[in-house]
Amino acid sequence: MYAITSKRTLAKGVIEMTVQAPRVAAHHKPGQFVIVMSDEHGERIPLTIADSDPQKGEITIVFLEVGKTTIQLGEQFNAGDSLFAVVGPLGTPTHVEKFGTVVVIGGGLGVAPIYPICKGLKEAGNRVVAIVGYRSKDLMFWHDRIASVSDEMLVTTDDGSFGEKGLVTDALAKLHDGGAKMDRIIAIGPPVMMRAVSEKTKDWGVSTWVSLNTIMIDGTGMCGGCRVHIGGETKFVCVDGPDFDAHKVDWGEMFARMKGYAKEERMALEADHKCKLAFEALRR
Amino acid sequence: MADAIDIVELGGVKEGDKKKPRSKEKRLDIACQDAKERIHNYNEVALGYSPKEAVAESMRCLECPKPRCMVACPVHIDIPTFIGLISRGKFHEAAEDIHKYNALPAVCGRVCPQENLCEAACIINDTNPHNPIAIGRLERFCADYHFLHSDGEHAAPLKPATGYKVCVIGSGPSGLSCAADLAKMGHKVDLFEALHKPGGVMMYGIPEFRLPKAIVQKEVNYVRSLGVNIECNVVVGRTLPVKEVLDGYDAVYVASGAGYPNMMGIPGENLNGVYSANEFLTRVNLMQAWQEGVAGTPIRRPRRCVVVGAGFTAFDVVRIALRLGAQEARIVYRRSRDEMPGRGEEIEHAEQEGAIITVLTNPVKYLGDENGFVRAVVVQKMELGEPDSSGRRRPIPIKDSEYEIPCDTVVVSIGQTPNVLIPSNMPGLKTRWGSIIQANRETYMTTVPKVFAGGDAITGAATVILATRAGREAARSMDAYLRDPARAWYPPA
Ligand SMILES: Cc1cc2nc3c(=O)[nH]c(=O)nc-3n(C[C@H](O)[C@H](O)[C@H](O)COP(=O)(O)OP(=O)(O)OC[C@H]3O[C@@H](n4cnc5c(N)ncnc54)[C@H](O)[C@@H]3O)c2cc1C
Ligand SMILES: Cc1cc2nc3c(=O)[nH]c(=O)nc-3n(C[C@H](O)[C@H](O)[C@H](O)COP(=O)(O)OP(=O)(O)OC[C@H]3O[C@@H](n4cnc5c(N)ncnc54)[C@H](O)[C@@H]3O)c2cc1C
Ligand code: SF4
Ligand code: SF4
Ligand code: FES
Repeated sequence: MYAITSKRTLAKGVIEMTVQAPRVAAHHKPGQFVIVMSDEHGERIPLTIADSDPQKGEITIVFLEVGKTTIQLGEQFNAGDSLFAVVGPLGTPTHVEKFGTVVVIGGGLGVAPIYPICKGLKEAGNRVVAIVGYRSKDLMFWHDRIASVSDEMLVTTDDGSFGEKGLVTDALAKLHDGGAKMDRIIAIGPPVMMRAVSEKTKDWGVSTWVSLNTIMIDGTGMCGGCRVHIGGETKFVCVDGPDFDAHKVDWGEMFARMKGYAKEERMALEADHKCKLAFEALRR
Repeated sequence: MADAIDIVELGGVKEGDKKKPRSKEKRLDIACQDAKERIHNYNEVALGYSPKEAVAESMRCLECPKPRCMVACPVHIDIPTFIGLISRGKFHEAAEDIHKYNALPAVCGRVCPQENLCEAACIINDTNPHNPIAIGRLERFCADYHFLHSDGEHAAPLKPATGYKVCVIGSGPSGLSCAADLAKMGHKVDLFEALHKPGGVMMYGIPEFRLPKAIVQKEVNYVRSLGVNIECNVVVGRTLPVKEVLDGYDAVYVASGAGYPNMMGIPGENLNGVYSANEFLTRVNLMQAWQEGVAGTPIRRPRRCVVVGAGFTAFDVVRIALRLGAQEARIVYRRSRDEMPGRGEEIEHAEQEGAIITVLTNPVKYLGDENGFVRAVVVQKMELGEPDSSGRRRPIPIKDSEYEIPCDTVVVSIGQTPNVLIPSNMPGLKTRWGSIIQANRETYMTTVPKVFAGGDAITGAATVILATRAGREAARSMDAYLRDPARAWYPPA
């Protein structure tokens, strides 16, 4: 069992948890993820390792409450409880070397996973320019942490309630138009954002990398459920990735595959909800 | 073990009496759930013998002094002895005797291809054709009886501790068997499993209605009762780096199976609704997607399902599809019926349940709808040509024979190869065809000192009993290696 040592709400629906997983913490590298199961019958869901502390044997995960499992984790699991399974660190670590100047973009929930990447890149001697984007000011989190591991940080909000008004791609375009040096771009966030970044940078000739968040089960290359075409070849995101050259991703297929279980997920959530309502009615 | 067995009432032989084998009688059928009923549930199809039936079947056995059946069994279970014990009402003793040769009797009794192994060799076939002793069913009976009437733990004392530490990677039949034997020999064994439940393919691949998961977990508990430390959620090569394994243990057994799904690489294969067999089976078996309302992991309920392939896996998939409510579930196979590698009994069961088998047909592409979901498979008819290297006649496409089969689910079940995670992280480990680990077939040594390997990891997808045999033989070889002061290491031939 994997004990939850702390839990806090960073913004509406955004939860940060630290979990005891000594073997994972000891070997974690930037860009890797864990598969988490809340209980014995739960789903296996992939979550990026947002930070790790090998001394304490702890990892940090940050997740958005979007569906059955993440809502269950957010609502029913607290410090002192245990998760049924935490497996990792999985995936091929993000390629870290001295590139020069690296622009690292985190959109929404993607802000958490870029923290270890910025940290790693900075330690490797790069100049790190971070662009973090949120829908609005009240959904902001971890921008202070990103600031501590980057040389320059730009914040955007969709509604302009903090930083620049607009999307991360607007800030990126501005940087580029201003002649900023960019040797590599890394973008993590909702697939629509990653595709938008990819489309923008295609003509710039700057190598652009994204971290794909396909549906997964085992996370070890066994089921093939995470597969997607990259440069015309089928790749398993959990072992060959999750980082890929953004310009080679078959985005149409990626989007279609993410919706593969939309109906079943909605049903599962509704069933959960009905149970809860029935349970509350009983209690009354 | 206080339960009283009245062996005379059960029709067996009393202690001291002489057995009069009734080998001329017909082999006793096993009760099965009716096909119409069973496609609406996941309960076991073959129901197993009652004590009375088991004794009756055991009374047919000649208890041959030179038993051919035992030679044919890959782990050489002492078949006449355990069947003799059944005839005399000593069911627990029979189970314990089997355990000397096989750590997984409840599993093997159910899923071994007996008709090609022990039962094919039974001498009764000579005088009473097609009526060999039902060895597998009797083996299953003993194991089930023992589990039902005892705590199922290991009773006999273990050998004194040797002080050696051994690491086993993977908890399929090969890893479990090897770990069990090494523990019995007095070694300290840590077994690591990547998934959250031990059992390998027995948990995630073979469905509940052929092999109940509770049975697999009982076999696992038996292995635990021997002192084997099983840790799940550990992916060797990631959670535990290979170097730490090599530094931390005196010997290592790699039993990581063949879990990487093969796909055909044809257009449309990444459409939604096109699964690898592993994904389909894992969702249903390991994640229990068939238990709606309990399991968190969904499965889309197929209405028209096409299963590509005709092995063990394909037949399991087609039968699951029927249980999930498919109106049409079809096997599509590129060779003819004679070449189908599936087990006879499974093919028969699948057809009883309504599966359609379309032979000499091969998919060439998948067609999707506007949302990226599969709506049909385009197939091509085949004819058989000259025999190929495997001795089977090679299928050749027939020109202009393409047609569409409408479907909403496709499951590609054309075999698995080993995962590259361990080979690619273990410098010096030689492989064949990319990922099949090279190991000596007698010593199970690999090209890396102190590392042994067996089961599907060194053969590609095979059977439970062959994986078990490899585990047992490797344990013996590893024991010799550990006790050898020189730690002699022979690179594989
Ligand atoms: C490598 C990787 C790292 C990830 N890291 C994070 C992270 O750090 N924080 C975070 O909040 N989310 C992360 N995700 C996404 C996260 O896994 C999903 O949000 C989660 O699985 C949703 O589960 P659910 O049961 O709550 O929602 P569901 O009800 O199952 O689904 C809700 C939505 O989530 C998507 N989804 C469902 N299952 C998965 C899945 N297995 N993988 C990806 N998307 C899925 C669906 O398309 C659907 O739109 C990551 C995904 C991957 C592949
Ligand atoms: C659907 C299906 C039906 C079958 N039906 C039958 C049947 O009826 N009869 C029969 O005899 N055979 C059958 N087989 C074949 C049989 O199941 C296999 O041959 C057998 O399980 C192989 O055993 P193994 O121990 O070598 O590997 P596996 O059972 O594959 O076990 C390997 C284990 O190692 C784990 N692992 C892999 N890599 C790592 C790692 N890096 N770190 C930690 N753990 C790791 C895996 O998660 C897995 O649990 C069937 C197979 C399938 C897929
Ligand atoms: S293990 Fe398999 S081959 Fe051996 S006796 Fe049992 S059923 Fe027969
Ligand atoms: S060969 Fe047949 S009759 Fe002889 S011991 Fe084996 S099972 Fe019994
Ligand atoms: S998640 Fe199963 S192969 Fe990637």
